[in-house]
Amino acid sequence: MKKEELPQDESPLASMTRELMYVKDKEGKYTTDLSTGWDVKKNALDNAWDDINERIAAASLAVKKGEKSPIYYFMELRIMDFPVLSGYTGFWAFTIKRHMKPKVFESLSEKNWQYMQKHLISVLRN
Amino acid sequence: MEKKFKHIQSAHCENGVATSLLRYHGLEFMTEPLAFGMGSGIFYLHIPYLSINNGPAITYRTMPGWIFSRTCKSLGVKVHREKFRNEQTAQAFLDQKVKEGAPVGCQVGVFNLPYFPPEYRFHFNAHNLIVYGKENGNYLISDPVMETVTSLSEEDMLKVRFAKGPLAPKGHIYFPEKVGLVTDEIIKKGIIKGIKRSSRDMLYIPGNIGGVSGIKYTAKQIRKWRDKLGPRKAGLYLGQIVRMQEEIGTGGGGFRFLFAAFLEQAHQYVKQDQLIQISEEFTKAGDLWRASAVNMGRIYKGRLNEQKDFEESADLLMQISEIEKQAFKKLLKLKLD
Repeated sequence: MKKEELPQDESPLASMTRELMYVKDKEGKYTTDLSTGWDVKKNALDNAWDDINERIAAASLAVKKGEKSPIYYFMELRIMDFPVLSGYTGFWAFTIKRHMKPKVFESLSEKNWQYMQKHLISVLRN
Repeated sequence: MEKKFKHIQSAHCENGVATSLLRYHGLEFMTEPLAFGMGSGIFYLHIPYLSINNGPAITYRTMPGWIFSRTCKSLGVKVHREKFRNEQTAQAFLDQKVKEGAPVGCQVGVFNLPYFPPEYRFHFNAHNLIVYGKENGNYLISDPVMETVTSLSEEDMLKVRFAKGPLAPKGHIYFPEKVGLVTDEIIKKGIIKGIKRSSRDMLYIPGNIGGVSGIKYTAKQIRKWRDKLGPRKAGLYLGQIVRMQEEIGTGGGGFRFLFAAFLEQAHQYVKQDQLIQISEEFTKAGDLWRASAVNMGRIYKGRLNEQKDFEESADLLMQISEIEKQAFKKLLKLKLD
């Protein structure tokens, strides 16, 4: 990529930094330059977030309909998956999957639920 | 002997930490491309059946941590590494190191990293940064991907150092312990080793999911995605590829430009003119990676979404695989002594 071809598009990264990229200068030698962003990857990121938000909405609906327990909703809300949630709570993925059934969730002991709740909520900053 | 730590911005966090720490310890010649190349950072792997953030698991680089280890090993630099079970011990150790004055590298998760924009905070646990001091209870941070230095509170620091999930950092802290005399001859040897190792890995890793054949594997998958997953999900999968390839930390073109820059710099130590020519080929590969990203971008933006558009992206990847294969073969055959 040539230095003058480096995209300088808008990006959510702007609040933090510009990105260092490796580009060719006029003599054909490598140098570095800063880029504010590139539309192609911004679109990819935007799409990924649209998908995440849809998953959260779907999870919320599933919980309201009684198909899934709230744990499922919180997992989606914190953009976690089973390995991550398992890491934070210490429960096996298999156990968490069971806890996502509303019936099993209802029978969850107070201690277990508090533990799960603590980790689902505490993982988020603020 | 108060040495001053200098923040250096780099494309990738691990290269950056390696470059800054080694330079601090007197290895002034160190640059990001050299650290990346000597550590054989370039790679490709597509792990089938595994999904990360609901997309394909693809990487353009070696395992986190390997670049720093390999580079230090070739330069005869001894690295001290420590992981912790207990958060208090981890903090005490860091504070002790800060007091001693030398900067240290820390592995962190980005989900709770306050200076990252919310859009970028996923559960990614292999980010690296340097702690180079402490002021008013806040750690002074040099994050290599940033233009300037920043800081983190004690509480935030513990949170990011003890993020959980895959590749959990467990308070991982590391720093060069003993740096000996590094001659041009040692650098040269390290460069040659890096080149040969990268070429071998990319060409001859067993199986069809890694190295240059891994790129072909991805191409084959892309041809199937539209029918198998439906246009929308297939588009999201392509988006994931583009993000892995271009998002903060690759220097563009899935590290291919960085590798080309390494070959160019290698030429200063290893007098072999073909290096420059092969560097050109990797620049071409990088340009094609960018072109494939543009092509995929049109698909997930919804402008095109026919099977033939997926085929076109896959064809580009096949072409890239071939170019990289030939280039690595040349590198492997090259006499470099």
